[in-house]
Amino acid sequence: MNFNLKSVFFVVIFLAACTPKIENKNAQTETKSPVKIGLVLDKGGKDDKSFNAAAFKGASQASKDLGIELKTIESPDDSAYEPAMRTLAERGYNLVITVGFSQADALKKISPQFPKTHFAIVDSFVDVPNVASLLFSEHEGSFLVGYIAGLKSKSGVIGFVGGMEVDLIKRFELGYREGVAYANSKAKVISNYAGVTSEAWMNPTKGKELALSQISQGADIIFTAAGATNTGVFDAVEEKHKLAIGVDSNQNWVKPGFILTSMLKRVDLAVYDIIKAENSGHFVWGNKYFGLADKGVDYALDQYNDSLIPQDLRKKIENVRAEILTNKIKVSDYYETRKLCPNSPFKCDRSQRHTGPSERTTQ
Amino acid sequence: MNQEWIYSGIRLSLPLIFASMGGLLSERAGVANIALESYLLVGSFTAAATMALSHSLALSFGAAVFACVLVGLLFCFFTLVAKADQIISGMAINLFVMGLIPVVCKTVFGLSGQTPSLSMNERILDPSIFIILALFAVAGISLFFSRTVLGLRVWAAGENPESLRTQGVNVNRTRMKAILLGAAIASLGGIYLSLGAGSGYTRNMSAGRGYIALAALIFGRWKPMWTMAGCLLFGLADALQIIIQTIPMMENGDPLPTQFVQALPYVVTLILLAGFVGKVRAPSAINKA
Repeated sequence: MNFNLKSVFFVVIFLAACTPKIENKNAQTETKSPVKIGLVLDKGGKDDKSFNAAAFKGASQASKDLGIELKTIESPDDSAYEPAMRTLAERGYNLVITVGFSQADALKKISPQFPKTHFAIVDSFVDVPNVASLLFSEHEGSFLVGYIAGLKSKSGVIGFVGGMEVDLIKRFELGYREGVAYANSKAKVISNYAGVTSEAWMNPTKGKELALSQISQGADIIFTAAGATNTGVFDAVEEKHKLAIGVDSNQNWVKPGFILTSMLKRVDLAVYDIIKAENSGHFVWGNKYFGLADKGVDYALDQYNDSLIPQDLRKKIENVRAEILTNKIKVSDYYETRKLCPNSPFKCDRSQRHTGPSERTTQ
Repeated sequence: MNQEWIYSGIRLSLPLIFASMGGLLSERAGVANIALESYLLVGSFTAAATMALSHSLALSFGAAVFACVLVGLLFCFFTLVAKADQIISGMAINLFVMGLIPVVCKTVFGLSGQTPSLSMNERILDPSIFIILALFAVAGISLFFSRTVLGLRVWAAGENPESLRTQGVNVNRTRMKAILLGAAIASLGGIYLSLGAGSGYTRNMSAGRGYIALAALIFGRWKPMWTMAGCLLFGLADALQIIIQTIPMMENGDPLPTQFVQALPYVVTLILLAGFVGKVRAPSAINKA
C-alpha cells in the first residue's frame, strides 16, 4: 500500500511536469510579432530522409526566408497528433500544418474547435473551412519513374515495396505499374507491402526482407514508397548490386550508385507555399493540387545518379512527360479506379500477371 | 525459391529467438518480463550508436550487452527491490526507453530518433554468426537448467521460491542473475537488428518483435527448444506471407488481399497456441512477489 501511494505521488509529479505550460501572452502578441507556424510531423520524424524530411525542409526554409516563428512537433504514435494540434492551436499559432494522411481524423476533430486558427494537411482532404488540403498527383510521378525502371531493367522483373497498405500507396503502385508497362509491355511487376499498420513505415528489417525476396524472384530495380522502411530496401540493393528508386525527398544521396532516381513529391514546396500565403495574409482553405505541370511531382536528377540515366533516356522521359501533360497518356488514378489493374491501354492486365506463378516455380 | 524462403524465415526469426531466450530466463525465475521490447531497442540503438562513433565491432557488442544489462538492472530494481507489479514495471521500462532513445539520439547525433547510417563494412552482412550465437544460446540455456546448480535454483525460484528460501538461498539474488543474463542474451537480438539486418538504428525499429517473442515463449511452454521452434515457425510464416503477397491467387489474377495475407503469421501462431500446444502452465511463482 505504501508503495502504491508513493507511485501515485510520482505519477502526479510526472504528469505535472508533462503538462504544457500555457502562458498568457496576450499583452505581448498585440505588438507586431512574427507569424507563428506549427508543424506536426508524422511518425517517421524529421530525419526520415523522405516524406517528413521534405516537410521539415520546406518549413525551415520558410522560417529562414520569411522570419516566421516555427515550432516542430514529432509524433511518436497515432495518439499524439491530437494533443499536438490542440496545444499549438491553444498557444495561438496562426497556422498549424499537419503532415500525413493518418492525421486526418485528428484534424477533422480539432479544426472545427479552433475556427480562428488556420490548418493545413498534406496528403489528405479535410473539408472544414479553415483547413487547406495539400494534395499531390503521385500517380503521375510514379508513372515517370516506372517508365525509367521499365527501360533500365535488364531482367524485365521490377519490384515495388510499399509501406502501409493504403489507397495513397496503391496510387503510387498503379502509376508505377503503368509506367513500367508503357516502357516494356513484357515486364513483370512484383509488389509487396511492409504491413497494414503504421508500424510499416518504420520497419527497415522487413523492408530488407521484402527487397531480398523480390531480388530472388529476379527483380533488378525496386521502387520503394515506405518511409523509414526504405532504408532496408536500400541496404538490400546495395548488398545485391541492384537498383532502387527512392521516394518523396531526393534520396539519391543515401546510397550513391545504387539509387536509380527518386520520385520527388515536393512536400517542401507545398509547405513553403502555404506558409508564405499565411505570412502575407492570403491563406485560402480548400484543396490545392501539386502535379507534374508545376513540378509538384517529378523524378530526381543530380550528381549522384547522373551516370545512371544516360542522355537518350532523359529525352525519352521528357517526351513522356509532355505526353502526360498534353493528356496523350492518361495515367490511371487509384482514387478513381479503386483497383490496381483497370482497363487501361497499358499491359497491367490479368493475362500478364497470370504468368507469375509458373515462372516462379521453375526457378 | 524454397531455399530463399527458409533463409528469409531464419533471418526474420533471429531477433525473436534472442529476445525470447532473454524472456525465458527471466520468466523461469518467476519474473514476468514484457520489457523484451526495450532490450531489443536499447541493444540495437547502443550497437548502432557505438559503431557510428567508434567503428569497432567488439566495442559495439560490448556496449550493447552492457546497456541491456543496465536496463535489466532497472527492471530488477522495480520488480525485486521495490516489489512493483511485474507487468506494469515492464511496460514502464518500455515507455521510458522509447522516450529516452530519441533524446540521446538528438543530443549525440543531432538526429531525431535514429543513428547515422552505417557503411557496408561496418555491418555484419553474413547472418551465420548470429545463427551460431542463437543455437548456442538455446543449447546453453537448456544445459543451464538441466546441468548447473544456478540453473536449478533459477527454476526453483520460479516454481517454488519458499523451498529455495528454506535452503538458505537468496531468491532475489538468484532472480537477478537470471534477469541480467537474459538481458545480455536479448541484447544480441537488438545488435542483429541494427548491425546485421539493418544499417543503423531507426526509430522503434523492433516494431513489436519483443511482444511476438513473448508469444513464442508461451507457445514454447517456457522450454528453450520449443520456444525456438515457435520463433522459427513465426519467422517462416512471415517469410511465406512475403512470397504469397506476390502470387496471383484470386480468380482475376490479383494476389490475395494483403490484409489477409499479412495476418498469416499471427493466425498460424493463434491456431497452434489454441489447438496444438494444449494446456500451458506458466512458472508458478510468476508475477507473485
